Amino acid sequence: MAKKIPEIPAASLADIAFMLLIFFLVTTTMDVDSGLERRLPPMPPEDQNDQDTPPIKERNVFVVLVNANDQLLVEGEPLEVDQLRDKAKEFMANPNDSETLPEKNYKEVPYFGNIGISKGVISLQNDRGTSYGTYLAVQNELVGAINDLREELAEQKFGKTYDKLEGDQQDAIKEIYPSKISEAEPKKVGGK
Amino acid sequence: MSKFRKEGSKDLPPISTASLPDIVFMLLFFFMVSTTMREVTLKVQIHVPEATELSKLEKKSLVSYIYVGEPQKQFQKVFGSEPRIQLNDQFSQPEDILDFITAEREARDEAEVPMMITSLKVDEFAKMGIVSDIKQELRKASALHINYSSRKKSVAE
Repeated sequence: MAKKIPEIPAASLADIAFMLLIFFLVTTTMDVDSGLERRLPPMPPEDQNDQDTPPIKERNVFVVLVNANDQLLVEGEPLEVDQLRDKAKEFMANPNDSETLPEKNYKEVPYFGNIGISKGVISLQNDRGTSYGTYLAVQNELVGAINDLREELAEQKFGKTYDKLEGDQQDAIKEIYPSKISEAEPKKVGGK
Repeated sequence: MSKFRKEGSKDLPPISTASLPDIVFMLLFFFMVSTTMREVTLKVQIHVPEATELSKLEKKSLVSYIYVGEPQKQFQKVFGSEPRIQLNDQFSQPEDILDFITAEREARDEAEVPMMITSLKVDEFAKMGIVSDIKQELRKASALHINYSSRKKSVAE
């Protein structure tokens, strides 16, 4: 008869597992990274002159300036950050085809037929002394304005939220409300 | 009357701890799956701003991080209290970004390179001057897809 092997004590297993657990608790992070996604423009080719770029009509440009004291100047008048979204939406949508707001380019878009697409461009310029918090708040409002418009159009045309649409439906809406935010290189004007 | 026998006359049997390892292992696996390893030690203080139009960073392996903020207390004697750039584990200059991006690219598969995202973790009170320098360097490195790291704004209305 074979000798009975004594059972391995399992009492210390808990201690070992606790040690591992604490190690992982200390060395890992749990936060989900999220943020505002943007694309930078590529570097211009070196042989490009300023004359090559076609001039843009003033009515088609939505100028947002931020100075070193974190104050906003939108289309020539001072504005608060929380008013910016409505102003940008009005500019991009131009519902009444107003003379002062951007022109529209009529074009065939799937699902929508012949529809006017705004030629508007949002131009953002900040100072080197602008604080990053303000800059991001402004960016957030501008991106939010375009997202809001897309959301409204999706709701009106398809009766669904933008996220739930099919790929080609999303593309059609993206074509009508493109995300045209251009950033000028910052100027150093006063301040430190 | 046996139901009303005096309490305490019998010792309670000890609670069995045989299932304790199982419970702890369950916790351990939960944390191993739901968390990510901390890769760098932060040498700068960062309090990212709030925003509403957020998108999540899906693939952690494709993200490279650039940190900008005030150096932490113990480094302030050497590096001052102006916001600085941190790449990997050290303080850097904007000119180092080009090398950093190249190194990050070489560490990844060739097929994954176009999908790489650079996440900028910048302190709320840093000035735009330093951020613009970084953006210019990123444009030079043609790492154009960026993400301004921010927290979800709690809607107070």
